[in-house]
Amino acid sequence: MQNEWLYIGLFFVIGLLIPVAALLISWIVSPKKPNPIKQSTYECGMETVGENWVQFKAQYYIFALVFLVFDVETVFLFPWAVSLGSLSLFAVIEGIVFILILIAGLVYAWRKGMLEWV
Amino acid sequence: MNFWFDPVNFIAHWLNSLLVGWGMAEWLAALIIQLVGVVVLISLMMVFDVFLVWVERKVVARFQDRLGPNRVGPFGIFQPFADIIKLIIKEDITPDGADKVVYNLAPILSLMSVLLLWAIVPLAPVIFGVDLNVGALYIVAAGSIGTLSIIMAAWSSNNKYALIGAFRQVAVLVSFEIPMIATMLIPTILAGSMGMNEIVHGQQTVWYVVLAPLAALTFLIAAIAELGRSPFDLNEAESEIVAGFHIEYTGMKFGLFYAGELLHAFTFGGFWAILFLGGYHFFGLENLGPLVAMVILFAKAMFGYWVIMWVRYTVMRIRIDQMLAFNWKFLTPVAFVLLMLTALMNTLLRNTPSAVYIVGMLLTNVILGWIIVEILRGFSRRERQRTEGIASVTAAAQH
Repeated sequence: MQNEWLYIGLFFVIGLLIPVAALLISWIVSPKKPNPIKQSTYECGMETVGENWVQFKAQYYIFALVFLVFDVETVFLFPWAVSLGSLSLFAVIEGIVFILILIAGLVYAWRKGMLEWV
Repeated sequence: MNFWFDPVNFIAHWLNSLLVGWGMAEWLAALIIQLVGVVVLISLMMVFDVFLVWVERKVVARFQDRLGPNRVGPFGIFQPFADIIKLIIKEDITPDGADKVVYNLAPILSLMSVLLLWAIVPLAPVIFGVDLNVGALYIVAAGSIGTLSIIMAAWSSNNKYALIGAFRQVAVLVSFEIPMIATMLIPTILAGSMGMNEIVHGQQTVWYVVLAPLAALTFLIAAIAELGRSPFDLNEAESEIVAGFHIEYTGMKFGLFYAGELLHAFTFGGFWAILFLGGYHFFGLENLGPLVAMVILFAKAMFGYWVIMWVRYTVMRIRIDQMLAFNWKFLTPVAFVLLMLTALMNTLLRNTPSAVYIVGMLLTNVILGWIIVEILRGFSRRERQRTEGIASVTAAAQH
């Protein structure tokens, strides 16, 4: 393997081409008879009322914020985990303190009621 | 090198010497061999995907006390081919107001994200796509493209149900990624590497499911949630939002989503096998040859897939508030406590004999599991008393 990422790139391209080929075959073979009723938004037979792009609940945003904290921090944990075998006990405990600080953030969010679905 | 012992590398070497013998540059020959390898691997996965459709339908039928497909060919084995022909000749409907480019791109990305994952799977000691040294991160990154395709499908199809399904899917992804990454760190700690090959090599003597059974369980739960399968299939809850994100898709585009979903589930069964069940190791049987090792890995992946199906058809769907509470108040703290304990015990026990090490790790997990069960029992007892108290108060008020 002279270049690992070249292989991933090839995978990406071929992985795109095969579904495209499937869609292309289907596009050639399938009938095309569009009409307004068929193409209207499906809502179990009801006429759509108002905007189709509905507003989302603000709660999702709060969960995304909590996620962001964890996601960024876990990236720092991967190098620590890889080199754990050669680290001294002190360095391991340092990593554990780092995780504890993360958990303190979770507890704070929990106590503030951010994890309640209202 | 013997052809019957290792056909894959034999053919690769033969092709390489042939191409170089024709006067081709070394790098071009290597590139062509890589290309052939990619095409073969992806085609293998696509064929396997067709087989998975049959397996899924047969197994769900058995869980529901039915026969399943049994008309087309022996045991209905040719049913998926009939399905494919039907999907291809169906009319392709694009709803009004759909964003055409994004709408058509979403099913393609859905399947591609799953195929990308197979680039790093070590099929056998000598047969693997590529041994990335950031394998664990790659799984998370490539798996997230699948979720991205769901959001794209929902946003572009101009449908309320689809959009609601996508919101839920984002909530699931955002929540369950944390315990998933945290439990992926545990095999990383035990093997001392993020590469899949290193992790599998590390399990030669003892599988990580013995050293970290709780982590294996947590990873499986998080994987089921990431796949959007029952009990976490809120993104396509049939009874509420019909089909969620793929409500407006017909024909082959729906087929690609369906194929992607099945292959995704199988792939995560495979990663469960690689990270915790020893990959291609099976008590020395993998030394018989790379093809035997490949069969062992596929059997283990099939076992993981079967567990995922078992959960899917046994447990009922939960509400979104229950799901988020389950993740943030239970699974995430458990995963992080597990991570800290594993790191600590690994450091304390690393210079001891391997028997002491294995027993120590197992005991840590058993004790932690017992504490978790006790906490859950206390919580459910309080909850039961609270709801029964409310029930008795309402009953008294009605009298």
